[in-house]
Amino acid sequence: MSGLIKSSIARKVAMALSALFLIIFLLLHFSVNFISVFSEDVFNEASHFMGTNPLVQFLMQPILIVGVVFHFVMGFVLEAKNKAARPVKYTKYSGGENASWMSRNMLVSGAVILAFLVLHFYDFWVHEITVKYVEGDMSGLIPGTEHLRYYEEMHEKFADPIRVAFYCLGFVLLSLHLLHGFQSAFQSMGIRKFRNVIVKLGNIYAIVIPLGFIFIALFHFITK
Amino acid sequence: MNLTLKIWRQKDSKAKGQMVDYKVTDISEHMSFLEMMDVLNEGLVAKGEEPVAFDHDCREGICGMCSLQINGEPHGPDRGITTCQLHMRMFKDGDTIVIEPWRAAAFPVIKDLIVDRTAFERIQQAGGYISVNTSGNTQDANAIPISKEAADKAMDAATCIGCGACVAACKNASAMLFTSAKVSQFALLPQGRVEATDRVMNMVKQMDLEGFGNCTNTGACEVECPKGISLENIARMNREYLAASVAKS
Repeated sequence: MSGLIKSSIARKVAMALSALFLIIFLLLHFSVNFISVFSEDVFNEASHFMGTNPLVQFLMQPILIVGVVFHFVMGFVLEAKNKAARPVKYTKYSGGENASWMSRNMLVSGAVILAFLVLHFYDFWVHEITVKYVEGDMSGLIPGTEHLRYYEEMHEKFADPIRVAFYCLGFVLLSLHLLHGFQSAFQSMGIRKFRNVIVKLGNIYAIVIPLGFIFIALFHFITK
Repeated sequence: MNLTLKIWRQKDSKAKGQMVDYKVTDISEHMSFLEMMDVLNEGLVAKGEEPVAFDHDCREGICGMCSLQINGEPHGPDRGITTCQLHMRMFKDGDTIVIEPWRAAAFPVIKDLIVDRTAFERIQQAGGYISVNTSGNTQDANAIPISKEAADKAMDAATCIGCGACVAACKNASAMLFTSAKVSQFALLPQGRVEATDRVMNMVKQMDLEGFGNCTNTGACEVECPKGISLENIARMNREYLAASVAKS
């Protein structure tokens, strides 16, 4: 079992498992956000539930943070190891002839997604933690009113065109990351059955979900 | 046709190499790439210069010795062939062709365009075989029923000639395609199942020890492989390895 930790295949599988976990999380995140397009009240209720439910807050949230950190750290560690495997570079390397840009630049798309996540955490997560656990306000209400604050806060954030533009850039790179990453995760785990279905499903997911996030960001920007 | 060649020259494994420009003239489009290299070397020898060292043997795409990175691709711009099968008609008069050795920490340069690929031998020796009693009562292999599908897939994997193009093409210098082909050719057959657990564990361990990079499923290896070895083999090796890890622990 100790050999498993050092093994290149085990590292691949660990990356794949954390990726699939994040793919499932992203779907959940998208579903909640998408509600905001249709109903302010339902979005507020859903957000309040996610933000105050102890199971979500103290079990799922820490697992998610571990999953995110692991995926990024492992990604950078593997890239460093892979660079070391070719100490002398080619004078001419025609990578585009035999592999897609997405598959060759997972670190680039990953780094942009990381930068996006830093802003996203600052925008929402740090704010949530401050309000709930530093200031101790678990009500979820706009001070002095009976209205839940989540929709208002999101709407306010997406009034800034620079933030919206940066969010959209992050989603585009997320799409490129997923176009390779989705099917790659299954290949890493040795799953070749239903290969065509997995590739098609991955392409649909990689385009629809980031495009959906872009739509939500633009929706709130336009309706500000 | 007349060509400019940019070739990696390196005196020995310790020397610092560099790209050197050469001109070759009156090259026939019917020549193979290695014949063009022969013309270059004949010219260099005639001038009293050191010829360019490169690996070659059978010159018919079977032995796996030829190993040139040509214009950024292993075995050049054509598909499903080795360097010795590459024809000069793939190039145009006046072209500049960049010729380099395979680049990988696990494939150190011995001289010029020749690299040490014994890392592959060591991976093979770590488990790429079956143990057979050869004391006179060896069972006829054809006596064991094998499905057509398994036989075909095992044969496809066994066509790997171990040239190293997969490592050369991979942006991570990963040897997963080679190792997985060698694992698969046995894993698919009943004779190979007996030692399957130890085989995959030992071969992957050796592959990692040699300093090859990690596979990120770019698929460049499959595209550049002269024998068309499929990524399906890598997936099979991953399954074999995970199952073996559980069995061993």
